[in-house]
Amino acid sequence: MSVADDTTTRPADGGANAEQGATASTAPAANRNRDRVDLSAVKVVPTRHWFRWVFGAVVVFVVAQLIWTLFTNDKYDWGTFGQYFFSETVVNGLVLTLQLTVGATVIGFGLGILLAAGRLSKSWILSSASWAYIWFFRSVPLVVQLVVWYNLGYLFPQIGLGTPFTYDFWIVQVDTVTLISQMAAAFLGLGLHQAAYSAEIIRGGLLSVDSGQLEAAGALGLPRRVRFFRIVLPQAARSIIPNAANEVISLVKGASVVFVIALPELFYAVQVIYNRNSRVIPLLIVAVVWYTIVVTLLSIGQYYLERHYAKGSVRVLPPTPLQRARHWTRVQWARLGDGDPAAVPATTSTPDPTRSTDRRAR
Amino acid sequence: MSITLERPETTEKDATPIAVRPGRVEIHDVWKSYAGVPVLRGVSLDIEPGEVVAILGPSGSGKSTLLRTINHLETIDRGSVTVDGEFIGYARRGDRLHELRESEVLKRRTSVGVVFQNFNLFPHLTALENITAAPLALRRATKAEAREQAQALLERVGLGDKGARYPRQLSGGQQQRVAIARALALDPQVLLFDEPTSALDPELVGEVLSVIRDLADSGRTLVIVTHEIGFAREVADRVVFLDEGELLEQGPPSEVLVNPRHPRTQEFLAKVLA
Repeated sequence: MSVADDTTTRPADGGANAEQGATASTAPAANRNRDRVDLSAVKVVPTRHWFRWVFGAVVVFVVAQLIWTLFTNDKYDWGTFGQYFFSETVVNGLVLTLQLTVGATVIGFGLGILLAAGRLSKSWILSSASWAYIWFFRSVPLVVQLVVWYNLGYLFPQIGLGTPFTYDFWIVQVDTVTLISQMAAAFLGLGLHQAAYSAEIIRGGLLSVDSGQLEAAGALGLPRRVRFFRIVLPQAARSIIPNAANEVISLVKGASVVFVIALPELFYAVQVIYNRNSRVIPLLIVAVVWYTIVVTLLSIGQYYLERHYAKGSVRVLPPTPLQRARHWTRVQWARLGDGDPAAVPATTSTPDPTRSTDRRAR
Repeated sequence: MSITLERPETTEKDATPIAVRPGRVEIHDVWKSYAGVPVLRGVSLDIEPGEVVAILGPSGSGKSTLLRTINHLETIDRGSVTVDGEFIGYARRGDRLHELRESEVLKRRTSVGVVFQNFNLFPHLTALENITAAPLALRRATKAEAREQAQALLERVGLGDKGARYPRQLSGGQQQRVAIARALALDPQVLLFDEPTSALDPELVGEVLSVIRDLADSGRTLVIVTHEIGFAREVADRVVFLDEGELLEQGPPSEVLVNPRHPRTQEFLAKVLA
């Protein structure tokens, strides 16, 4: 910034060079004097953010208050919580929830890739069929779908293979009721519902990849399969993963809608128990804590997955929290032992000179 | 299989019979329009094996489109484009052209390498992986061979120590040099350059041009769309001037660039060299 500029902006400049500003604004002649000050030796006073401190204090107070109630309000009934946290019904419910999540994720994203590819296909039959699927399954409420799948027997008592356009199943024939159990209905409902949403997420990811990439891959003669799996999908993954993780996480909790077909997943299991002993709050907390644990694990997985696909998209990957923590401990340890904290090598995974100097400066 | 990087130097260009030397590009009466707007209007151009041709012209003149028709990145409405007598996108049976399956097109494309204006390096792969991708995917080499060859190519473009870097960690000029090495990995007979220095900072242009200059002596056919008139004069055997989809003038750089005959060429050069 020029010197003239400097003088006019100085009052608004706040803390940064406050002492300097005072001299500069008193007399325009000071401009010339200023040149004599050795600017490299001037101390920089960082801007104070008073509002951040005030709001920070309010937040800390509210959180502390909440934590305090956890210990003092005996209605939380932590004893009951402990008693049921690992109880068989709850754990079975949790396992069922996880099974439903995994199943629906596999069906949803497997079918989703096909639907996304279909929508991007040059064949109008495939693209309109994919569009129609997505339109339909996004329109029908999941609950309705689950009930229909569970009661499919009313519509088609038998399912089988035989002469087309007849109900004469002379090759194979099964009773619908035996084919579509509660579990199968839940997988179908959740999976098909999920597929419609995943298809759009995957399609969005595929579209986000620069067309130049496909062109370059084509010019190199890379076969279609290689182009898709090695060039496009890894780049699309960057924008697919955050949304996909959202979907999986909402599946964990969304799986609780299968209570309409009386499947005892985590939330249903908890309900069954508190309907018996009417200790609603502690049992709801059991469910909440389990959900929190599962989602935490998923979020950690998401973090590392995103990091994996961020390779090459930034110049240097920031260290993981774990790496940061390890580095911090090592620095503290070096301080304790009278060593030179600056001598501690930077975090392991991505050696980078800029980051390590940055850390030393602190 | 090992891929020869340097073609044996022929002392006289015509020493080998032309039919034997690969790298001939024949463009015959090519027409192309986008949504009714003509981009190429009856362009014909024969390029000899080993020849270095620079295509000049104002923006929107169709020079990039012409270049891209050579390896079927762009389809054409009429006319024909062949490389060594073969259509890249079609098979000729009698008096009909049959559109080829994509896998066939891809196979034929490998004899033509392309260097893009925006490099189009694969950002999630390292420089070395960018170069080995095609030889490995097409099973032209084992992993070790491909890596060795890629390393040799990187050294050739002066980036022997940058193999483990990702494209984002390289400067524009370095990225374009990696892109050239990548285009060379399949040992193509013909190399197409689509404004290879247009996206670069002025001080990085030189390093890319010097790599291309070295390639000009390697016996490959080079077709270069460029705005670097000085470079075209120095490297090209022939300069082609395109305007509004028509080929207006061609000849050795000493003629076309010094004494242009067509008024449009004169006007263009006056503007560019001003």
